[in-house]
Amino acid sequence: MWRYFAPAAAFLALGALFAFALMRIQNGTLDVREIKSPLIGKPAPVFTLPLVTDPSQSFDSRSMAGKTYVVNVWGTWCPACREEHDSLLQLARVTGVPFIGIDWKDDGQLAQQYLGQLGNPYQQVVADAEGRVAIDWGVYGAPETFLVSPAGIVLAKHAGALTAAVWAEKFAPLVTSGGSR
Amino acid sequence: MIPELGTLALVIALLLSAAQSFFGLVGAHKNKASWMQSVMPAVAGVWVFVSFAFAILTYSFITHDFSIAYVATNSNTELPLMYCIAAVWGAHEGSLLLWILILATWALLVAMFSKSLPLPFRARVLGVLGMIGVGFTSFTLFTSSPFLRLLPAAAEGADLNPILQDPALAIHPPMLYMGYVGTSVAFAFAVAAMLSGRIDPAWSRWTRPWTVAAWMCLTLGIALGSWWAYYELGWGGWWFWDPVENASFMPWLASTALIHSLAVTEKRGLFKNWTLLLAIFAFSLSLLGTFLVRSGVLVSVHSFASDPSRGLFILGLLLFFIVGSLTLYAIRAPSLRTDGGFELVSRESFLLLNNALLVAAAGLILTGTLWPLVMDAFNLGKISVGPPYFNMVFMVPTLPLLALVGIGMHAGWRRAALASKGRRLALIAGGALLVALVITMGFYGSIGLPLTVVGFTGALFVMGSALIDPITRWRNKQGMSRAALGMAVAHFGIGVFVIGISGVASYKIEKDVSMGPGDSAEIAGYRFKFLGTDNVHGPNYEALEARVAVSKGELPLTELTTQKRKFKVQTMPMTHAGIAVAWNRDLFVALGDELGAGKWSMRLQYKPLVRYIWIGAVIVALGGLIATLDRRYRVRVTADEPAPASADEAA
Repeated sequence: MWRYFAPAAAFLALGALFAFALMRIQNGTLDVREIKSPLIGKPAPVFTLPLVTDPSQSFDSRSMAGKTYVVNVWGTWCPACREEHDSLLQLARVTGVPFIGIDWKDDGQLAQQYLGQLGNPYQQVVADAEGRVAIDWGVYGAPETFLVSPAGIVLAKHAGALTAAVWAEKFAPLVTSGGSR
Repeated sequence: MIPELGTLALVIALLLSAAQSFFGLVGAHKNKASWMQSVMPAVAGVWVFVSFAFAILTYSFITHDFSIAYVATNSNTELPLMYCIAAVWGAHEGSLLLWILILATWALLVAMFSKSLPLPFRARVLGVLGMIGVGFTSFTLFTSSPFLRLLPAAAEGADLNPILQDPALAIHPPMLYMGYVGTSVAFAFAVAAMLSGRIDPAWSRWTRPWTVAAWMCLTLGIALGSWWAYYELGWGGWWFWDPVENASFMPWLASTALIHSLAVTEKRGLFKNWTLLLAIFAFSLSLLGTFLVRSGVLVSVHSFASDPSRGLFILGLLLFFIVGSLTLYAIRAPSLRTDGGFELVSRESFLLLNNALLVAAAGLILTGTLWPLVMDAFNLGKISVGPPYFNMVFMVPTLPLLALVGIGMHAGWRRAALASKGRRLALIAGGALLVALVITMGFYGSIGLPLTVVGFTGALFVMGSALIDPITRWRNKQGMSRAALGMAVAHFGIGVFVIGISGVASYKIEKDVSMGPGDSAEIAGYRFKFLGTDNVHGPNYEALEARVAVSKGELPLTELTTQKRKFKVQTMPMTHAGIAVAWNRDLFVALGDELGAGKWSMRLQYKPLVRYIWIGAVIVALGGLIATLDRRYRVRVTADEPAPASADEAA
């Protein structure tokens, strides 16, 4: 007799799971979109790329050894990058952590104009015109931001616009423990 | 003023749906004829007002009324007219309006074509549909109105998502929703039957054409989506096991099982529990799909901009309809008696096994779809369940199913005398194996993957088996009922579909190359020569077009063009593939990124037999159409079965 209630009970259990997941999404403790980068805890991929501001010079990521720094992958073609630009400017100023920009699959001229008009948050900004370095970093969409420790280990990654709130929650605790300043 | 009329029309439709539901269900319960009679005008009224709201939203898109937030976010003055119209259902709010319109249309069709059904039954069916209408119309009005104003109005719209700017947007969602929402009709028939306590062959005969019609639309809708993904996303894949694809495929599996179960209930009065459950499952899975797509609990390329509060609202609807109907089932099911038995080898057994396998397939897909969410919700880690899992677990129930289809079609009711056709079936199976070996070893030069020969043999066996009856009857100049012919056609289509999958999965060739103008590359004996690039100006995009000449050996075949489009407003780059079609293969060229020094990355693909995937699906749907047109569904029920009808009225 009671076995006929099994389908209803099974569905109620499923409903409870959904309700639980939705509530966690709503209070911000669950982000289903976040994909954990396999790079976290691993050495950051090393790169040498030409500077956007002066393509005749290049930048080697090994020069950042000993410092906590941020790698931000962006492009002028990416609306969400435009959206995060103001908070990047602010974060770079307020936190004092150096930001390294990787201008991904972009036109160097446009990128220079963009930074000229909107301000340049980056200590160094390099051009990854063919997207090879972005592949090493496992980038699947811009903007993506990584935090690298003084020992060159990737500490955290954020996909999507980097806001002050995201910084405070995901990056700030790791910056202090990283002990660069 | 105009969008406010749209909101008003939706409010009136909501009130009329409430009336439809109340007078239908309570009228039947109290057996008040005048109440039950009033349901039909309510159904017509709902349809008129929902259509009006829909027309207003369409008008607002055509006239670029950017004072409406939904129009401003999903169109642009440069968007071509066709896409302005299709953009109506291009995002969450408008697609819900389409959902409601299609529900109202199904209800209207049921009201129009079920005049011969007993009045209380008809009132209950429409009452249940009205209840669903109340749920979804309030969801639209209270959480997702497409008519909300944007003040001050935007000067220009943010344009429609470039991925959606394709002619397929005009037909894929409406067809898919016809199928999705159509499962509500079988559900309403099942709930009405449980409420009236009447679950008999007549009930399943009334349900069948509606179920088959909805299933046919779902088949076509899914096939269109797959075809769209194939040529538009530029990847050349036809099925990705994306959560949203799964969400449309699970109700299809349940509906397929339901159609077969209904056949047994109609012919033999058996499997009533199964049939009721499957009708509830099909609709539940379709609601579940709506929930998964719109609540943001799953990550998918398809998902709508999501909002957890909407998720909670749909979850409420989901629980109400599913738990409510399953509880009703739990109360009714113990009293359902089975009126007859059947032997181990009989059509009934085959159909039971078929149901079990289809439900198992749906269950495995559901598990794979929800598992990442379960893990994530309980902080057990982030995982993604991808094609390797689905391809594997899906074949476990479906490969035996293929053999069952071929044999079961010829099994008689009650007790199968397979011996008479056994010899012929064995011959067909042998022939199928032989042809499969010729195709694989002879034509493609290898036996392919471990299951390639199995796939081809199974497919050819089903196709051959499906043809036995039509050919015998045609030879003997005997007629064939449309239901039987429809079944044969649909099963033949399944075979064709499996041929396509086996071919493309086993023998496809993909190659990513770097090419500059003048360079050539070769795959599968076809030569692709990159001729050069041109700039192309689209209405709302700029594109770089590459021209590629294709030849086989020295024989020039065709010239393909593939584009990389950059849309002006949403600057997202889109690839438009070039595809050369022939009866036995597609050649697929997609332009990739510029690599510098005049070189481009180019993806070349050879896709043997890929077209048969969609041709098969269309044949399956055609079988459904033929079966729906069977004469017995149009015979007036009152004429051939007066007794149960009056019995129901007395009940």
